[in-house]
Amino acid sequence: MTAPAPASSAGTAFLHLAGISKSFGKFEALKSVALEVKRGEMVVFLGPSGCGKTTLLRIVAGLETQDAGSIVQDGRDVSRLPAIKRDYGIVFQSYALFPNLTIRDNVAYGLVNRKQGRKAIADRVRELLKLIGLPDAGPKYPGQLSGGQQQRIALARALASAPGLLLLDEPLSALDAIERVRLRGEIRALQQRLGVTTIMVTHDQEEALSMADRIVVMNAGRIEQVGTPREIYEFPATAFVADFVGKINVLSAVAEGGSRFRVGALSLTVARPDITAGTAVKLYLRPEEIGVHVNGAAKLDAWPARVAKVEFLGAFCLVGIALDAADVPPLVANVPRQVADGIGLAAGQAITVSLPPGAMRVLG
Amino acid sequence: MSTPAVALPPAIAPAKVTPHVHWQDRLAHGLLLLCCVALALFLVGPLAAILVKSVQDKDGVFVGLQQFREYFATGALQRSIWNTLWVATTVTAITIPLAFTYAYALTRSCMRGKMVFRVIALTPILAPSLLSAISFIQWFGTQGLLKGLLGGASIYGPIGIILSAIYATFPHALMIVLTALLLSDGRLYEAAESLRTPTMRKFFTITLPGAKYGLVSAAMVVFSYTVSDFGIPKVIGGNFNILAVDIFKQVIGMQNFNKGAVVSLILLFPVVLAFLVDWSMQGRLQAQFTARAVPYVPKRDRWFDRAMFGYCCVIALLLLLVLGMAIYTSFIKLWPYDKSFSLRHYTYGLIDAGVINSFFNSLKMACFSAVFGTMFIFAAAYLLEKTRGVPLTKAAVRLLAAVPMAVPGMVLGLGYILFFNHPDNPLNGLYHTMTILVLSTIVHYYTSCHLTAVTALKALDNEFEAVSASLKVPFYKTFFRVTVPVCLPAILDIGRYLFVNAMVTISAVVFLYSPSTQLAAVAILNMDEAGEIGAAAAMATLIVASSTMVCVAYAIVTRFLLTRTQQWRNTTLA
Repeated sequence: MTAPAPASSAGTAFLHLAGISKSFGKFEALKSVALEVKRGEMVVFLGPSGCGKTTLLRIVAGLETQDAGSIVQDGRDVSRLPAIKRDYGIVFQSYALFPNLTIRDNVAYGLVNRKQGRKAIADRVRELLKLIGLPDAGPKYPGQLSGGQQQRIALARALASAPGLLLLDEPLSALDAIERVRLRGEIRALQQRLGVTTIMVTHDQEEALSMADRIVVMNAGRIEQVGTPREIYEFPATAFVADFVGKINVLSAVAEGGSRFRVGALSLTVARPDITAGTAVKLYLRPEEIGVHVNGAAKLDAWPARVAKVEFLGAFCLVGIALDAADVPPLVANVPRQVADGIGLAAGQAITVSLPPGAMRVLG
Repeated sequence: MSTPAVALPPAIAPAKVTPHVHWQDRLAHGLLLLCCVALALFLVGPLAAILVKSVQDKDGVFVGLQQFREYFATGALQRSIWNTLWVATTVTAITIPLAFTYAYALTRSCMRGKMVFRVIALTPILAPSLLSAISFIQWFGTQGLLKGLLGGASIYGPIGIILSAIYATFPHALMIVLTALLLSDGRLYEAAESLRTPTMRKFFTITLPGAKYGLVSAAMVVFSYTVSDFGIPKVIGGNFNILAVDIFKQVIGMQNFNKGAVVSLILLFPVVLAFLVDWSMQGRLQAQFTARAVPYVPKRDRWFDRAMFGYCCVIALLLLLVLGMAIYTSFIKLWPYDKSFSLRHYTYGLIDAGVINSFFNSLKMACFSAVFGTMFIFAAAYLLEKTRGVPLTKAAVRLLAAVPMAVPGMVLGLGYILFFNHPDNPLNGLYHTMTILVLSTIVHYYTSCHLTAVTALKALDNEFEAVSASLKVPFYKTFFRVTVPVCLPAILDIGRYLFVNAMVTISAVVFLYSPSTQLAAVAILNMDEAGEIGAAAAMATLIVASSTMVCVAYAIVTRFLLTRTQQWRNTTLA
């Protein structure tokens, strides 16, 4: 069977996934995926629909069986175990609360089976309902609660038996925008307080960035990158990650040797080790890294341009920019409202934009 | 620092992972296999027996298609086929427009008394099909009150069969068309109105296309019912031969099982065809219905509402006249000579003659069918929909559950004789017992019940079983604690359906009863044959009364459940 966990990562790693593959007919949902999750960590699987993130979660839960690969949880090989023999709690997008049982009975559902005393169960249920901030919900039925409240109950039910692993399958997708933001903060706080190792699946990058210790970005059955939210956002490892997480400007460029890259009629400086001259690359720049100025101060790495349009978004304005230099694609900049108001930003205005070398990423 | 995707070599060779199967999963798989075996034994076995018998001669020697050739050579058969088809087509052509207009009135007008009209229209379901035949004989027969209306034509023959079949099939067609009309999207009409579409155009461009699949489906059901029904032509058909009666004559009259098998297969053909058309329509009917559809709310229109009200009054009156005549006949001395009130058909005709036992047999049979049938059908549907694994067994059960709808009762009944009466069958002790009557009834009505159960189960959250597994609760506990209580309305509905049908069924069981297990509907047939039309009407009235009581009880229990024990259903946001 599986070899014991490699010495280098033993100690802290709680969950090892190795070589996980899964096909549905001809469709390859997962292609030899490997991953380690540390004890007490919150890991978020992020990716577009169909990338295999939910399948991977269901394989960890034993709700699907992988075609190949192994899963070691807390030093125990669970690769071939049925769901009922594994140790986890799970929360689904649909809440999946039992509609004919009271909240109390829902939360106690898994406890009753463990031959605990009535008193112990009642105490535990009360403790959990308090923990999720709904101490009085016990005698109600799920249909009497709002979506966000129901999802909190589902969370309490999953945590009731203190499982070693918590799995969250798009837990916030069915909620409205306000409830979603509130609940994501609560889930994260609860997870940190209890220190329970957690895997969450989502397609919402904001959710992933705000909740995760580490994000696993997935695409077409493969892991594209694993890293902290900042690493993923600031140092995307692949073009897919750069594109998928946050807004980004993409410029086709040719390396000119040293730290110079040619984009149309411009020669840009990028803080990045040498790339052989003549290599075609892509430059990536976040909209908020672009500086917008009115007085054409002769700054380094600054170019004359014109405002194409201004889209007001409340705290920020999205500014469409056309550089004066030939053959440069239009850029989008993210300008705080105060700054935009200060310089009276309007379509047709002549401006100077700075493209800071340190913020520019080069990907093949 | 970030770790770019590392393609670690797989820790183990990419050999296929074979999961450990938990004993609970094995239990579920075992039960499902048991369901499959049961269906094979009580459905496939009998049907296969017919196939075998049809290619054998009387001594069991294989003769290929010899039996078919002989039968086709006789002109009688061709006449039967032709009769069966044109009668069924006529019934369909009349019933569908009648039912559609009635359903249209119920859904698209603001007339009064919709509830009452609906209930009256469904009453024929409570009666055995024989009842309408008896009633039409009373109205139009040799001593009939309205005999003159027929202008010399005889009610005994195609006219009687067609009238009785229209009465019997009307509620079946109505329910399907009603559902199709109710599913239509009100927003389409609002859009049409904003475009100032004339009423007629709305009808032909929105209403009719929307109900199209429902209409075809209803037509197929009416057609199959008429082709398969044996009670009506037996009582009112006179010398007019149709296939279902031919089977009866071959088997009971001449004891020629081989010929019976041949006619069965011929009868099977149009019914299977209709079934296949209906099946493909059902899928499209469901696809048409979107979750976001807004129900249509009719607007007041004085003349239209009045016209619809008038139409429904006429139809409802006719339906009540048919039912009423049978009940009336059972309470008078002798139609049409002595119309004084009397209970003699009940006291003398049924009780003293000992025929009343067949009524109690029917009650017993209906209860057993309802209880055991519902348990089996719902459990099988649950295992099918909510457990993992064994895809092949599931495909087999799914197919077997759909087949009974395509098998006429006569064919099933004959299959049961051939299969279970065979001396080599270890189960041949079942023949003539109550058990076999119950089994054949459950199988005969399996498909509709199965679909009801599957629909109810599909409405449940798909992840209940996954959640239970994560909480380490065995699936059967969740089945009893959550699935059954939540599906209780559907379960009761299945039970009621089985009970009512078991009370009126005749075609399958007519081959299977013994003197001690004779059923009420069969007794009606026999009494009619003996000229005891008053007693036959009394028995039919008893059936209607008991089915009505079960339906009323069902309505009360369902309402009680919805308001009391299932208070979680109609909860408002706190």
